[in-house]
Amino acid sequence: MRTLLVRVVAGLMLALISPLILANGWNMPIGVTALSSEIHSLHMTIFWICVAIGVVVFGVMFYSLFRYRRSKGAKAANFHEHTGVEVLWTAIPLLILVAMAVPATATLKNMYDTSDADIDVMVTGQQWRWRYEYLGEDVAYTSNMSTPREQISGESEKNENYLLEVDEPLVLPVDTKVRLLLTSDDVIHSWWVPELAVKQDAIPGFVNENWVRINEPGIYRGQCAELCGMDHGFMPVVVEAMEKDDYDVWLAERKAAAEQEAMGVDREWELAELMERGEQVYGSICASCHQVDGSGNPPAFPALAGNVQLLDDAQWHINTVLNGVSGSAMPAFRSTLNPVEIAAVVTYERNAWGNDAGDTVQPSEIVEMLEE
Amino acid sequence: MAFHFPKPTPQQNTTTADAGLADSHHHERPRGLMRWVLTTNHKEIGTLYLLFSLTMFFVGGIFALVVRAELFQPGLQLVEPEFFNQMTTMHGLIMVFGAVMPAFVGLANWMVPLQIGAPDMALPRLNNFSFWLLPVAFTLLLSTLIMPGGAPNFGWTFYAPLSTTYAPPSTTFFIFSLHLAGISSILGAINIIATILNLRAPGMRMMDMPLFVWTWLITAFLLIAVMPVLAGVITMMLMDINFGTSFFSAAGGGDPVLFQHLFWFFGHPEVYILILPAFGIVSAIIPTFARKRLFGYASMVYATASIAILSFLVWAHHMFAVGLPLVAELFFMYTTMLIAVPTGVKVFNWITTLFRGSITFEPPMLFALAFVVLFTIGGFSGLMLAIAPADFQYHDTYFVVAHFHYVLVPGAVFAIMAAVYYWLPKWTGHYPHERLAQVHFWLSVIGVNLTFFPMHFSGLAGMPRRIPDYALQFADFNMVSSLGALLYGTSQLVFVLVVIKCVRGGKKAPAKAWDGAEDLEWSVPSPAPLHTFETPPHFERPAH
Repeated sequence: MRTLLVRVVAGLMLALISPLILANGWNMPIGVTALSSEIHSLHMTIFWICVAIGVVVFGVMFYSLFRYRRSKGAKAANFHEHTGVEVLWTAIPLLILVAMAVPATATLKNMYDTSDADIDVMVTGQQWRWRYEYLGEDVAYTSNMSTPREQISGESEKNENYLLEVDEPLVLPVDTKVRLLLTSDDVIHSWWVPELAVKQDAIPGFVNENWVRINEPGIYRGQCAELCGMDHGFMPVVVEAMEKDDYDVWLAERKAAAEQEAMGVDREWELAELMERGEQVYGSICASCHQVDGSGNPPAFPALAGNVQLLDDAQWHINTVLNGVSGSAMPAFRSTLNPVEIAAVVTYERNAWGNDAGDTVQPSEIVEMLEE
Repeated sequence: MAFHFPKPTPQQNTTTADAGLADSHHHERPRGLMRWVLTTNHKEIGTLYLLFSLTMFFVGGIFALVVRAELFQPGLQLVEPEFFNQMTTMHGLIMVFGAVMPAFVGLANWMVPLQIGAPDMALPRLNNFSFWLLPVAFTLLLSTLIMPGGAPNFGWTFYAPLSTTYAPPSTTFFIFSLHLAGISSILGAINIIATILNLRAPGMRMMDMPLFVWTWLITAFLLIAVMPVLAGVITMMLMDINFGTSFFSAAGGGDPVLFQHLFWFFGHPEVYILILPAFGIVSAIIPTFARKRLFGYASMVYATASIAILSFLVWAHHMFAVGLPLVAELFFMYTTMLIAVPTGVKVFNWITTLFRGSITFEPPMLFALAFVVLFTIGGFSGLMLAIAPADFQYHDTYFVVAHFHYVLVPGAVFAIMAAVYYWLPKWTGHYPHERLAQVHFWLSVIGVNLTFFPMHFSGLAGMPRRIPDYALQFADFNMVSSLGALLYGTSQLVFVLVVIKCVRGGKKAPAKAWDGAEDLEWSVPSPAPLHTFETPPHFERPAH
């Protein structure tokens, strides 16, 4: 019985240590930034200090349990205090802590130095997607999870990056200091990519700062780390780091596309065009609450299919999408979607899933409403 | 409730004069159910608390098993994400406020008067009221599960604005139930302080009190200090939800981060409320079964007080990622690291108590020893979490889940189990069935480690907490955790079996049920008669 106890605990200790030596998939990633590897080595240092203390403390404990068993005739000694050792085992841990605090302080200072960034990206959390805005570049887009629902429900095979894949990743150049400005439109989210060692809360009403300088091109995956409601688990973060030249090409393309879209505001759109664009927007923005088939999830998320108020009153419908519903989970999309997207998605909602309003909402109408 | 102990019987009153006369000078007592509803007796109320806690332990445990069942494999199989969030939230709330806290209050009710030689708690009617608030509070809380929009789904930390603007309608009921539980805790704490300060046996100085009494005294002060903060923060939520204020709503000029400061100013002392009485229990059990006085009694008292004081200065270590200024991060990192010092002193004292003792391994000792080892492992991960730069990687991952479950399950819960095995002979007059208790112990130790150890790895590898589905690289860890949880959960049925067997019969226990036990409770008969120490005992200080 007693030896079993010792063996089990020894086994546990081994189980604790061995996989971490093997690392990879069991441990904190070393990551691809100077800071992430600094944090990793800080983590390993503290870990080994804890292991060392554990070996000594548990060593003495199990030695005592083994050596001083009554069944082996141990007689209890009579000592019960000693000021000297109490002082000693207060002082030694204090010294160890100071030794741990020194490098931790240096790393923390480094993490907080967001000065001299070359690129500023605004990261906005929304239930349940990320919006990225390249400040000063007129490039902004949302990034949604792209894992199909069938994979989640088990109707189809899960692919390699299950739940960690998005339609449009955040694209960043390597070897460039990028400042991230984080906020939220609704509840608190937290933007986290383990390989970049960046985790920062995105809080409504606040703008938090963090920064990253990526050393190697690649795709780095993470997730929202702060419980943000129903689809908190389905809000991945994907960063694609590319060489500076590739990044410049990518940015130019995005800018051109944004200009193209802006020009679309002035022209008249066909119903079919709006429906096609609207279905895209609906799928990435609206479907997580109101469902792909518009059935919603009442009472929190009303059905849009067959919704009488929506069909009767186009103005109300547009207004709801633009300004949200205060006190509910419906956010305002006036600043996150462009007029074309809003016109398209409203048109789509009015004419999909058996809804038969038959009308189109033109981007120009949205522009007018936004100007009012 | 078919419980029938402890009934005063004349033959039990032979060893101590103070327990004499039984009920003869009391009025006719209510029988049956009303006996329990109206009781003002500390032992009966202690029993009620413990049974309530055990019930909640199983309710919270079932919620945990729903969570673990969903996480057994990647993909959504059993529950929808909304319900999953309700389960994690209710599991946390029920375990913290319904299982662990009432268990310690129950133990305090039973044992504090017995350990200080008091006839009862100082405020017996208040004691009855404090208890009966709890079933009301938790019935209300559980009833939110069948309300439209479902139960609270924003985590046991209920961060605004998810818990205000974006919360289900049942949140108002959740606030009311937490208010009731909070009032119960405050009243219970007042009662414990009044008892300890006023009703000690003549001759018992503060520095003569058993450590369980000391740790509970300090815990009670913590409760009085922080429960009103919790009451304040949930009242602000109530106002935001129902009366149009904007304390936590940025759109109205409020501050969501203020919520977290207030919550954790309550929440961090709260986690010590959940562990300090456990320190007291272990400090009673280890000397008993090592047959050697506790090493460093005075330093244990000072360490407990230091931990309590420091607990008010560390709250923002839960908030390293919210964007605090650098100086605040450094301050809270240093104070948090400091807590390791008094906690270390405690562990060293326990181990030095074992050193050159005469050790046996009865069930309470097994649980107490497992506590020392596994709580220390939780302490190590706590120290790692204190390092702010590394915490940016650990925060809100399964590493944190592993950490606080190590200090709460093989920490607080194992200490409660140890206490039950330790004092069952005093409560029932019978020893718990040793073989079954050993089976319970080993299944629990294996189950707990299978459940929570892999969470360190999944967390470090990048799995956030509170997600109903996860990426494929976390699948193996989660499968092991789920199997471990099933083992741990079902093995608690063995515990219930042991308790029932022990109440009904078993090997008879003498007044001093454990030969190494020294405190006053072992001077009254086993089972302890309904009324004890009606004449204060003479307290003898152990010789130096």
